[in-house]
Amino acid sequence: MTTPFYVAPEQMMKDRADYARKGIARGRSLIAMSYENGVFICAENPSSTLHKVSEIYDRIGFAGVGKYNEFDQLRIAGIRHADLKGFTYSREDVEARSLANNYAQMLGQTFTHEMKPMEVEILVAEITDTPGEEQLFHILYDGTVMDETDYVVLGGDSEAISERVAATFSQSMSAAAALEVARNALAGNDRTLDDSELEVAMLDRTRGRRTFTRIADGELQNL
Amino acid sequence: MTLPSFDASTDPGSDFARLVRQQGTEPFPPAEGISANEITHGTTCVAVRYTDGVVMAGDRRATAGNLISHRSIEKVFAADRHSAVAIAGAAGPAVEMVRLFQLQLEHYEKVEGSPLSLEGKANQLGQMLRSNLPAAMSGLAVVPIFAGYDLGRQTGRLFEYDITGGRYEEADYAATGSGSLHADTVIKVGYRRDMTADEAIELLAESLFQAADADSATGGADTLRGIYPIMATMSNEGFERVTDDVVGTKFAEIAERFAANHRSEDV
Repeated sequence: MTTPFYVAPEQMMKDRADYARKGIARGRSLIAMSYENGVFICAENPSSTLHKVSEIYDRIGFAGVGKYNEFDQLRIAGIRHADLKGFTYSREDVEARSLANNYAQMLGQTFTHEMKPMEVEILVAEITDTPGEEQLFHILYDGTVMDETDYVVLGGDSEAISERVAATFSQSMSAAAALEVARNALAGNDRTLDDSELEVAMLDRTRGRRTFTRIADGELQNL
Repeated sequence: MTLPSFDASTDPGSDFARLVRQQGTEPFPPAEGISANEITHGTTCVAVRYTDGVVMAGDRRATAGNLISHRSIEKVFAADRHSAVAIAGAAGPAVEMVRLFQLQLEHYEKVEGSPLSLEGKANQLGQMLRSNLPAAMSGLAVVPIFAGYDLGRQTGRLFEYDITGGRYEEADYAATGSGSLHADTVIKVGYRRDMTADEAIELLAESLFQAADADSATGGADTLRGIYPIMATMSNEGFERVTDDVVGTKFAEIAERFAANHRSEDV
């Protein structure tokens, strides 16, 4: 029997992190930000059927970048978690914070114990009736959780995009203004993104119980 | 609660009831030795098609044996944006079944990314009734009506059920519960294919009025407490509750007409 080569834990973690980061950087980015009615989410996504942004529960939305099958698996697990919790207790007991922690556990566990880490970065967003109380939980491939209130950028090139959002973002923007901020930040200076290359969805507190709404490409100009 | 995860062979897919079972809760537990007089029953519900969709209505009374156990119970529930379910039978399991049904439709829509067809929703409810058969055989029968606007076919549709989960699509109208015989007859006599929403609401109000007049387990309009039957329309625009004002006015008109013809002469 051969003895496996010794690899220092630091090196092993670094290799895994590099692997995950490379996978994520290959995909396109996504921006979520608070706007006048809740949370506005805009992803660069040429597909109109394979979504990056979706509904988890009444006031909770999900977005993922990186490897599609991996974040889709997380999305479904989140829906199951939320629906089961709402069924067992009550609808108001379903919260983004507990869901984000569960995701962090799962991603952290996979990062340290499985053959390969998940090549994903996800967002769990929640709104309340009160403007300014939006919660954006940004969870990384290794289980790191960060919470934001104004905006968050997921995916490769997130630093440059974040800088562009920071320059144009303001509190309580309209949906149309938020779309322009997101579009310009995602595109950068050398290219333009038209409606068909964007996926847009919102958590809109004016829409009753289920606040999640997806805006089809053709309806973006009516925002 | 941790994130539920499954391997490929046990994954429940978009089936919420199966997910609940896999978490160790049986949504339709078998029941034994229950006397029908001891548990709360919901009574009369009706639905009828009109030109732009379907109207559904249910009285507000629940009974346990010969006692009124609740005066303002709700038996008409929005199942999702374009459909509703009305229940008659044992109230406990019926309300729980509706809750599971509503969640199933929403769960499916979220997991799959698109809603079930109206036919698919009707079949789902049938399967839930079939799961409830052991309980139904020991006295906890639930007999719903399912109605909705079929966005694919651009028309309102109605479904009746029996306790075995048998699903029967009705062309024009449906009724369930202890007062359904009377309500059904009123609708049958007054039904026209080209009714407007307002005419359909009036016909359903009349049917519940007559059912309440003849069946002690059906409640009509309770003007003393301001409790009126629940009515809702489903059309292309979606599910919409008819306000108590409108329902109350219809019942007041019917009561006036009725009194004018039926009041005993003073001796």
